[in-house]
Amino acid sequence: MNKKSNNLKPSDFNTQRKPTWCLGCGNFGIWNSIKKAFVNLGLKNHQILIVYGIGCSGNTTNFIKTYAFHALHGRALPIATGAKLANHKLNIIVMAGDGDGVGIGGNHFIHSCRRNIDITYIMHDNKTYGLTTGQTSPTSDKGYKTKSTPLGVIEEPINPVSLALSSNATFVARGFSGDVKYLTNIFESAIKHKGFSFVDVLQPCVTFNKKNTYDWYRERIYKLESDKEHKKEDLISAFKKSKEDMGGKIPIGVFFQQEKPSYGDGLKQIERKPLVDHVINDIDINNLLTSYF
Amino acid sequence: MGKKVALIGTAAMATAMRQINPDVVSAFPITPQTAIVQDFASYVHNGMVDTEFITVESEHSAMSACVGAASAGARVMTATSSAGLALMWEILSIASGLRLPVVMTNVNRALSAPINIHCDHSDSMGARDAGWIQFYSENSQEGYDNLIKSIRIAEDENVRLPAMVMIDGFITGHSTEILEILEDSQVKGFLKENKAPYSVLDIENPSTFGPLQLTDYYFETKKQEADAMVASMDTIKAVCKEYRELSGREQPLVDTYMIDDAEMAIMVLSSTAGTTRSVVRELRKDGIKAGLIKPRLFRPFPKEEIIESTKNLKALAVLDRSDSFSGQGGPLYSEVRSALYDLDTKPVITNYVYGLGGRDTTIDQIKKAFNDLSSVAKTGKAENLVNYLGVRE
Ligand SMILES: Cc1ncc(C[n+]2csc(CCOP(=O)(O)OP(=O)(O)O)c2C)c(N)n1
Ligand code: SF4
Repeated sequence: MNKKSNNLKPSDFNTQRKPTWCLGCGNFGIWNSIKKAFVNLGLKNHQILIVYGIGCSGNTTNFIKTYAFHALHGRALPIATGAKLANHKLNIIVMAGDGDGVGIGGNHFIHSCRRNIDITYIMHDNKTYGLTTGQTSPTSDKGYKTKSTPLGVIEEPINPVSLALSSNATFVARGFSGDVKYLTNIFESAIKHKGFSFVDVLQPCVTFNKKNTYDWYRERIYKLESDKEHKKEDLISAFKKSKEDMGGKIPIGVFFQQEKPSYGDGLKQIERKPLVDHVINDIDINNLLTSYF
Repeated sequence: MGKKVALIGTAAMATAMRQINPDVVSAFPITPQTAIVQDFASYVHNGMVDTEFITVESEHSAMSACVGAASAGARVMTATSSAGLALMWEILSIASGLRLPVVMTNVNRALSAPINIHCDHSDSMGARDAGWIQFYSENSQEGYDNLIKSIRIAEDENVRLPAMVMIDGFITGHSTEILEILEDSQVKGFLKENKAPYSVLDIENPSTFGPLQLTDYYFETKKQEADAMVASMDTIKAVCKEYRELSGREQPLVDTYMIDDAEMAIMVLSSTAGTTRSVVRELRKDGIKAGLIKPRLFRPFPKEEIIESTKNLKALAVLDRSDSFSGQGGPLYSEVRSALYDLDTKPVITNYVYGLGGRDTTIDQIKKAFNDLSSVAKTGKAENLVNYLGVRE
């Protein structure tokens, strides 16, 4: 990937459709950041496949011009995994909500982490089910009241960053959709990372989540770089940092990064070229078969 | 007696659930079902029901929780749509195989892909062989009535099978209609005690649910399930009769309109029956002998009633709001043809797949089908057996 070699602007990744999100929705910040990251990385539209979940986040399918796959709710990661194995030259990104990622599709999340497949997973974490009009999600804060939980959530929330770390993801970060510049940097590092990269994006849902607002986040977040003690190679430190948001302060930035062979690296079939480039038309299997007759 | 209220379809279903007052409800949100569960959550919150309400992380878990609760002998309900029902599929046959009377509303919505939120019957028809009783409802009134009846039917000692009640997504689910609801006390009086023959919580009589049966017993268990489905017809009829006396609403399992002297008829499930009825009324004004047949029950299949309703017809068009992709038409069509196959005299039967993904089915489309039918009735021959209504070619 040559830096800025594509001569594209972020708007070249727009489609003819204008986003339909509510005004002020945190999805706008993610949308702007990812397009900028593509430009900064010199990526062209056709070099990227984005697999989307179902949700307000998944509606991004219609607003970014790359190859796109609008999956089922919770099933974006396995589809992306299949696509990566078929064509590992593609830059594959998954964009889906917190409900998608740690609720209905939670199983796929932990297995994608440990598999270290080379895709980037961007979780639009608004701590609610936006598209189905604001029920609690597995990342909702305890006590969060919605129409499906009028008495408030009684379960402990999942912390996606801690979960990714304990599931052996090799790149784990958190961003805030209210800080586009910083988020763009994180996206760039995540896409460049070889292996499974996970970015938990704190994304205000202005319509349904009246608790975790822009102001609420701004009062709490700080950048991991400001803590000189923290080294992103140090898993234990990353884990401790990931647990900090229980205490009121919310760190953003890269928690952890490690170099390890990614899933495809071990596969003989795709060592020389992507599966899609294998020509199978002129392979004659008769010789092989006759040995069994 | 009952009172008239104006409710959207999902609220009508939630009202029935409130009056039924199940022990356990476990559900997951999906458009266009969501409002049912949200209304119900507020009933739980306000102390209007005694239900344990469990929010879970997927429909797979929702149906699993229902199965767990029902095996402890609880009265259990849920609701879903589309991909939600598809995700429940694995557990649907656990509920029926273990003979657990779980009752759910399915607000019909098309299956992905491509993703679509509007009405067709591909979701529930995809579950037609899962061993669940299936009711289809033309409007909120029928949805409400079917749900209350389903509890009695499913829990009956001669049935003990799960049941699902369909209403059309958006068309019925999101529109306001006037319906008559029973008094809470009437519903309470109508329902019987749910006497589960076995319970995982009965420590005096320990039982195991779902253990391995291989070539030795599995077949017999399934045959019992098939027998129960056939035998459920008697219970269904008895419960419907009792409900009619309570509500004053005549709701035959296979409803008809202007059928007695009809030469041709359209058979259709759910809300499109309303459109068809108004077309029949119009055609009748011009002296055209058209009729309507609307099955309310699809599982078990009401064969006798279907035969009775079609016996004087020369031509019948069966409308399917889902395709079976078999090249032989939709599921209702196949079953109706099979039911009539052994008769010496029967109408020519054609099929129209219509309204997929919520495509509006208009009066003109229904008229077109009747128009085709009149030449079938005249000639005794159909040019095309399987047709697609209202699709752009
Ligand atoms: C199997 C299945 N169940 C339920 C749904 C309904 N559904 C659509 S989006 C969604 C939740 C969305 O929440 P999230 O994933 O956090 O994304 P957001 O809308 O907040 O971006 C649900 C439950 C579905 N599409 N498929
Ligand atoms: S509902 Fe929430 S997440 Fe969805 S578009 Fe509106 S603000 Fe964004």
